[in-house]
Amino acid sequence: MKKLGIVVTLIVLIGAVWGFLRTQSNEPKIEKLVLTGSSTVAPLAAEIGKRFELLHSNVRVDVQTGGSSRGVSDARAGLADIGMASRALKDDEKELLSFTVALDGISVILNKANPVQSLNKQQIIDIYTGKIVNWKDVGGNDAPITVVNKAEGRSTLELFLHYFGLKNTEIKPQVVIGDNQQGIKTVVGNPDAIGYVSVGTAEYEASQGAAIKLLPLEGIAASVENVRNRSFPLSRPLNLVTRGEPAGLAKDFIEFAGSPQVNDLIEAQYFVPVPH
Amino acid sequence: MSLFRTDRQLALLLQSGALLAAALVLLILLFLVKESWPVLQHVPLIRFVTDASWHPVDGLYKLTPMLSATLYSTLGAVLLATPLGIASALFSRYYAPSFIAGCYRRLIELLAGIPSVVYGFWGLTTLAPLIGRLHPPGVSLLTCILVLTLMILPTVALTADAALAAVPVAYVRGAAALGLSRWGLISGVALPAARSGITAGTLLAAGRAIGETMAVLMVAGNVVQQPQSLFDPVRTLTANIALEMAYATGEHRAALFVSGLALMVMVLVLVGTAELFSKERHHV
Repeated sequence: MKKLGIVVTLIVLIGAVWGFLRTQSNEPKIEKLVLTGSSTVAPLAAEIGKRFELLHSNVRVDVQTGGSSRGVSDARAGLADIGMASRALKDDEKELLSFTVALDGISVILNKANPVQSLNKQQIIDIYTGKIVNWKDVGGNDAPITVVNKAEGRSTLELFLHYFGLKNTEIKPQVVIGDNQQGIKTVVGNPDAIGYVSVGTAEYEASQGAAIKLLPLEGIAASVENVRNRSFPLSRPLNLVTRGEPAGLAKDFIEFAGSPQVNDLIEAQYFVPVPH
Repeated sequence: MSLFRTDRQLALLLQSGALLAAALVLLILLFLVKESWPVLQHVPLIRFVTDASWHPVDGLYKLTPMLSATLYSTLGAVLLATPLGIASALFSRYYAPSFIAGCYRRLIELLAGIPSVVYGFWGLTTLAPLIGRLHPPGVSLLTCILVLTLMILPTVALTADAALAAVPVAYVRGAAALGLSRWGLISGVALPAARSGITAGTLLAAGRAIGETMAVLMVAGNVVQQPQSLFDPVRTLTANIALEMAYATGEHRAALFVSGLALMVMVLVLVGTAELFSKERHHV
């Protein structure tokens, strides 16, 4: 009986403290802003969200990933205040509004030991569709090409296919990867591999000594600089997406994310700020 | 009388616990069916076998290459890990001096505790380039089997060790009294007595190999194809889910749940066969 008494007292005490804390925290009302979508945009949005929270003490920014398609569908369904998409809106998504916060480019990468210095658009298409299977056909060593492709559903893949006018069913890959890091590790580990990853990540990894090189496209070097001035052909906008004109907190956040105050955060993620 | 009542209460508690555990499996199955329903509704089951390829965004849902990849990699890993694991257990139980056996056992336990993603990372950065030099692209069924072997080896070794330790001392003494050699003792007495424990451990290890995702994702190459050789890249069912789930919507998502369902059915079939097999052995 004595034990039971102690337990009951404890429960009552905990309940009292909990209730007290609840009434305390209820006084300044916490507002929540939910962002879902592209895993490319998410880390950036989370950083911007942290800084936004510092400026608005009663706001919590909740960032969840799930891909650009989820960002668009969540924004459309009203499940998220703001969707994140690492691509421009498609034609059947035009009822939504998008705000570009940064730019990202995709670079074709080779292992540093590969003597091939550049490939034209047709050669890349032929390599990815399995018409060219040996590096000697494009001026390299006599070695079989390892084609690295992205997994289905990734926006990098979508952008790559769109630019080269390919369908995923036509691609004959030897390796299928998930994220950018896995792509870079695969190309570093295989001197005969060809892959594609985001320019920001590739440029950073190359500068940190990873054994990769970024191939120019249409004669334009794959660099953050050329993505910024929008001359690099294989690039994409990183967008925040809303259903209808944003209002209140969402509007404040989008304005904040588009202001020069977050440029350092964008650059820290190896993306390129939009010129203001 | 009160003892009788507590007994009944305990029985009730245990029964509901067992019921809950059984219901969980059913609930998981139900959930998988419910989530894959959007695709199953208008895609006949046969298409998961007869479609030209796995391109769910374009409505092509062939699952069989991934089924066989899962089967081959698990089978390969179990075939390699079982003899090695049993040898390791025999060494630490019957051949090693007790001090070394103790240290050795701690080491194996440590090996069992390494997270799978570490094995995967090592496989991707070290093993895959090595195999790539032999035969590109390096990430392949073989790499996958080797990494899985390494991962399940400690499970086999530790369970085999425990099974051997559980062999009654009287048997061992009896064998010694008959003047059996050490190998005679092992092959004639210890291994047969420990057989069911070793089998159970191997099944446990097979389960781990089937379910392993992250390490496999990094070293298998993930190309959906029927492997023609050990050096071909393959995609397992688990890797398929992990690779595409984050970016899948609508029917693509539902199709991934179908691959989860296929995995579940495969595990059920394996467990069923193992059960049948062990029953037959008992009758002999």
